[in-house]
Amino acid sequence: MNLIKRKVILRFPPQSGDKPLSYVLVKDYDLRINILKAEVMPGKTGRLLLEMEGLQENLDKGLAFLERHSVECQPMEKRLSFNQNNCINCGNCTAVCFAGALSMNKDTWKLEFNQENCILCELCVKACPLRLFDIDFSE
Amino acid sequence: MSSIKTYQEINDKIRRGEAVVLTAEEVAEMAKTSTPEEIAEKVDVVTTATFGAMCSSGAFINFGHSNPPIRMEKIRLNGVPAYGGLAAVDTYIGATSVNSDRPEYGGAHIIQDLIEGKDVILEAWGKGTDCYPRKHIRTKINKDTVNDMILFNPRNAYQNYNVAVNTTSKTKYTYMGTLLPNMKNATYSTAGELSPLLNDPEFKTIGIGTRIFIGGTTGYVVWPGTQFHTTRPKDENGVPVTNAATLAVIGNLKEMSSEFLQAAYYEKYGVSLFVGIGIPIPVLDVEMAKRVSINNSQIQTSVLDYGTVGQPKLGQVTYEQLRSGEIEVNGQKVRTAPVASLAKAREIADILKGQIQRGEFLLQEPIQMFPSNASLKPLVEVEIKEEGSAL
Repeated sequence: MNLIKRKVILRFPPQSGDKPLSYVLVKDYDLRINILKAEVMPGKTGRLLLEMEGLQENLDKGLAFLERHSVECQPMEKRLSFNQNNCINCGNCTAVCFAGALSMNKDTWKLEFNQENCILCELCVKACPLRLFDIDFSE
Repeated sequence: MSSIKTYQEINDKIRRGEAVVLTAEEVAEMAKTSTPEEIAEKVDVVTTATFGAMCSSGAFINFGHSNPPIRMEKIRLNGVPAYGGLAAVDTYIGATSVNSDRPEYGGAHIIQDLIEGKDVILEAWGKGTDCYPRKHIRTKINKDTVNDMILFNPRNAYQNYNVAVNTTSKTKYTYMGTLLPNMKNATYSTAGELSPLLNDPEFKTIGIGTRIFIGGTTGYVVWPGTQFHTTRPKDENGVPVTNAATLAVIGNLKEMSSEFLQAAYYEKYGVSLFVGIGIPIPVLDVEMAKRVSINNSQIQTSVLDYGTVGQPKLGQVTYEQLRSGEIEVNGQKVRTAPVASLAKAREIADILKGQIQRGEFLLQEPIQMFPSNASLKPLVEVEIKEEGSAL
């Protein structure tokens, strides 16, 4: 059986600090975990960049378990970065974005970038004539 | 129609800081409640603008003479080929010129690097002559070291432009952007009611010698642009419904800014240059007042299939429809996107308006008007018989 490796950004709600979540990932789902980056502040949202290795089935179950405990899981290796300062608002990227992440404001005709809607199809990366989009691997 | 204002009168008002200046969008709005007669009475100048990719652009550069001198016959700027058939140290760098090793960096990027004050590597070769003995030079230049940098664009500011769609099953990469298969998107490029040549469609005020805003500085219209076409189909307002006339423009590149001149690379197409142009239109009479009052619902353009050879026309739409975000083509709803910056065009129209209001920019009456009956010839291929080669 193939082991799969995934990097995931976990966002913990303030009240989850007392649960041994990583213990469950290891013990119940047989996942090898490696903490790459951690930001934990008592009483506030915590963030963890976690590398998880295991069977596909176990990875899916582990992520589902985390989400049941109100931990937001975001695959790390796909995040769009945008150099907005150099944008000329031409609109080329909006021609290929069907997820609603890139759109023109109908009053100002300036580009609006809504990262949350991005499905990482990456079409904008090549559609931008100024090459202002990039896939950011370091979060 | 009798003239109610002269260039002289308008310029006198500009000098006194009393000229009434509106952008073409503002006057289109005003026209909803004012008659052309009222507009001709109240408004002196209307500013128009565009900011789009204009491939037929480039710059003359004079490098100055080295010691010993060289007659540059092959020239590279950061590896990009520049023209080597123009005297010893003059060149023309075309915006679309590239070295095949690095297709995403071209003449437009050289132009942008130079105006941003960056150093550019000049390498040139000559055969060596009695008066220009040197055969090779490799050095750095920038905008302060060269004698002249003149932006001279043979074809800019298209009067209207087509909407691009793609009916095929494969994505097409074009200068109109990425066209998705099965007409999943449509792109358009003109600033509509703000666009210069749509506000003076018969060239009553724009001609050779017209002073303009170009790339952040003041420049001039020097000639009708190449592929100048005045006999395209027109709508009931006398405005062409497809790409028609163009302008050849000039300006001092040393004074320009990359705010208004931006290098671009289109995937699987090549390099181009976004050029910002603003043109003031004097409201000389009621007829010009009518012209500048045109709005997006009154300007139409053609939808062409860029996926099919010959680019068949699939329909005709207004700029109001294009701006709504969706048009209908052959019964199919198609999402629209601009590929030229209306935000930048508005910025330019506002800057020019301010310059005229403050008395910093006077109108120049054309020295010569454009031809009124120009059309295009295709390139016809003919058989070439080699003469005297049978020896």
